[in-house]
Amino acid sequence: MKKALIKGNNAVVYSALLAGCRNFFGYPITPASEIAEGSALLYPKVGGTFLQAESEIGAINMVYGAASSGVRCMTASSSPGISLKMEGISYLAGAELPCVIVDVSRGGPGLGNIAPEQGDYNQIVKGGGHGNYKLIVLAPNSAQEMCDLTMLAFDLADKYRNPTVVLADGTIGQMMEPVEFPPPITTFPKKEWAVKATLETRENLISSIELDADRLEIHNQKLQKKYAIIEEKEVRYEAYCCDDAEIILCGFGIISRLLQSVVDEMRAEGIAVGMLRPITLFPFPKNIVDYYTLKRNLKFFNVFELNNGQMVDDVKLVVNGRKPVYFYGRMGGNLPTQKEIIHEVMKNMRQS
Amino acid sequence: MTRQHNILQKPSTFFDIFERKGVSEVKSTHYCPGCGHGILHKLIAEAIEDFGIQDKTVLISPVGCSVFAYYYFDTGNIQSAHGRAPAVGTGYKRANPHSIVISYQGDGDLAAIGANEIIQAANRGEAITVFFVNNAIYGMTGGQMAPTTLLNQTTTTTPYGRNKFHEGYPLRMSEIIATLEAPVYVERCMLTDAKNIAKTRNAVRKAIKAQMDQKGFSFVEVLSGCPTGWKMTPQEAKTWITTDLSTYFVPGVYKDDLETREPHEVKQENPPPEDYYHLLNINQTLKEEYVFPHVLKEPFLEEIKIAGFGGQGLLSLGYVIAALAMGHAYEVSWLPSYGPEMRGGTANCSVKISNSRIGSPLVTNPSTLIVMNKPSMKKFENAVINGGIIIYDSGLIDTPPSRQDVTAIGVPATEIADTLGNTKAANILLLGVYARLKKQFLDEQYIQTALPAILESKALRDVNIKAFNYGFTYSENMK
Repeated sequence: MKKALIKGNNAVVYSALLAGCRNFFGYPITPASEIAEGSALLYPKVGGTFLQAESEIGAINMVYGAASSGVRCMTASSSPGISLKMEGISYLAGAELPCVIVDVSRGGPGLGNIAPEQGDYNQIVKGGGHGNYKLIVLAPNSAQEMCDLTMLAFDLADKYRNPTVVLADGTIGQMMEPVEFPPPITTFPKKEWAVKATLETRENLISSIELDADRLEIHNQKLQKKYAIIEEKEVRYEAYCCDDAEIILCGFGIISRLLQSVVDEMRAEGIAVGMLRPITLFPFPKNIVDYYTLKRNLKFFNVFELNNGQMVDDVKLVVNGRKPVYFYGRMGGNLPTQKEIIHEVMKNMRQS
Repeated sequence: MTRQHNILQKPSTFFDIFERKGVSEVKSTHYCPGCGHGILHKLIAEAIEDFGIQDKTVLISPVGCSVFAYYYFDTGNIQSAHGRAPAVGTGYKRANPHSIVISYQGDGDLAAIGANEIIQAANRGEAITVFFVNNAIYGMTGGQMAPTTLLNQTTTTTPYGRNKFHEGYPLRMSEIIATLEAPVYVERCMLTDAKNIAKTRNAVRKAIKAQMDQKGFSFVEVLSGCPTGWKMTPQEAKTWITTDLSTYFVPGVYKDDLETREPHEVKQENPPPEDYYHLLNINQTLKEEYVFPHVLKEPFLEEIKIAGFGGQGLLSLGYVIAALAMGHAYEVSWLPSYGPEMRGGTANCSVKISNSRIGSPLVTNPSTLIVMNKPSMKKFENAVINGGIIIYDSGLIDTPPSRQDVTAIGVPATEIADTLGNTKAANILLLGVYARLKKQFLDEQYIQTALPAILESKALRDVNIKAFNYGFTYSENMK
């Protein structure tokens, strides 16, 4: 077994190339720039194209163009840049174009700062662009998962003809950890819908416009059916020490690493705590939240996020008042300490 | 068979029936009488047919009246967002160098909302062809001002006429694009009469041919009538183009480098997958797993904070410690403080080492603090755990830590490194001190073997090895 000690952002670059991505369009922004820089260095070596676009808008539309031909392509940015991409993301979703978008999120709103925040949950998971669309959203919590979930993102994007987001944050992107890379992908799904500048594909059309209300409704219904299938088949999560837990700590991405440490620490004190980490944010792991809600020994959920409480809404929708759901968030790019998290959990224990 | 012999026949590159319209009138276009789009569509369709490039042509439809160009062209079709066609075309062409990409855009699309995309695509010399229909108004949305609307021209959003002090002047896109180095062909034409339509036909062909010959970016602006938007008859519209529009937007060739420009062939490498690891340089990044068993079997978690000024090699020191620990098959994480504070200011990183899965990568209370300037000592001294270790550069920090419950080791690392040959080796000297103190889980023999490969700077390798050994024995002597 060979491992590389590598930043999460660089793991994205390697795994995209190993996934057969040969087209990267991006624009520099901290803390995602290593992805563009690494791509600029490596894509030409394997016959790929790295192009620094004039803007995030340019970049996402270049992705739209490349994706129209069925090739694997991607872009990467951070929160303010992702906001700019939202127009293009809505078009990609409407035209059902597979592509991978990496968001190494940072502090907001506005220019905010470059520290790790998770304030992009709503714009990515709930749709920052217009229309009735969903993105497939994967939330890594380690450099290894930056690799694995980027690889998976390309597969899911192709499988469902849907833009797929790897939603990380500044910490995951900047952190170095050992990563084991998978072998390169050499066979790819056929894309008969693509416009390939060939006789066979001449009749194909990539578009998101449909003036007729009935036909646009049919298109939207088709999209919703696709999202329902994704919800049924593609849920991923990690449950750590949850089965006998009286308290379940819930968080995605970097915060889950802290929660895991907290679980270990509190378990050592004899407190039955577990951690539930959604890996797919859409599809949200509703069934498992429901499963633990129904467990008699569970007293409450405690959701931790690096934002003002965004994913907690999805937890509450499932729990639906059957158990208390407490929330604690830090903003501005601050991470809570383990002590702070334990203090919060203990406070809620006394309440319930 | 070329058009000249067959002028009454519809080009085969148009669909026979416009089924994509989805309404009953599938044999006529959606354009108004007197509109120029129909004529320009036909000139392009004929050129595609005559050049025999129908299968490899991809037309990008914009937002505007020509949003539905894909109703008519029997080619590959992509409909794009308002103004973004040149970016979409860029992405498409880069991924498909064999294709012929035509971006068809109106004036609002190209000169207002998409002004950046067109300038940048032109400036990169993207091998695409852009047809720019300038009718001085927003047709599709009902006659609002365009960036090309003439001064004093009334539109629904300039009901008192375009005022140069309020809306500025009409944008001359051909002139702007012609100032750029990369474009190979730029011409402005108009569709007023047979003579000018013939000129436009010629320009359309030159522009497409330029792309076929791999000569780069070509651009044809076409002054086109919009009788509906202008509230004129088709005949009045033609007259107005001649008398007004074409006197501000003067037709002509603004750039023609077709003869002198060398073709630029895009070659795409396609190496076999087995070469990827080598080409991607993953080989160098990958470290062979340590062949010996774990030095320490008992569960442990080492939390290190390394801090000082930017430029002292502290992030590298953290990386080297993490890489050495990974070589022992331990779990490791390395987390930098990142961003502007690193540029010239203070820098710190957190390293964790364990023989079980690492939760949080953050180090709040280090078991070891390695510190190389006073502010960092001040910042982190009190965070160190009871019984922890503080290793500091005593040449740079004159007051030793006041804590009595930690092991504090001061080494004038920078001074010693200087005498060894380079102050930059101070960080590795401190690594030596650290490694000696942590031999319960770091194996000296392994470090001696692996260190030369892990050190990134080849130039400093020898002095670094010397510094490591100095540090390693320094703490041994001290103990």
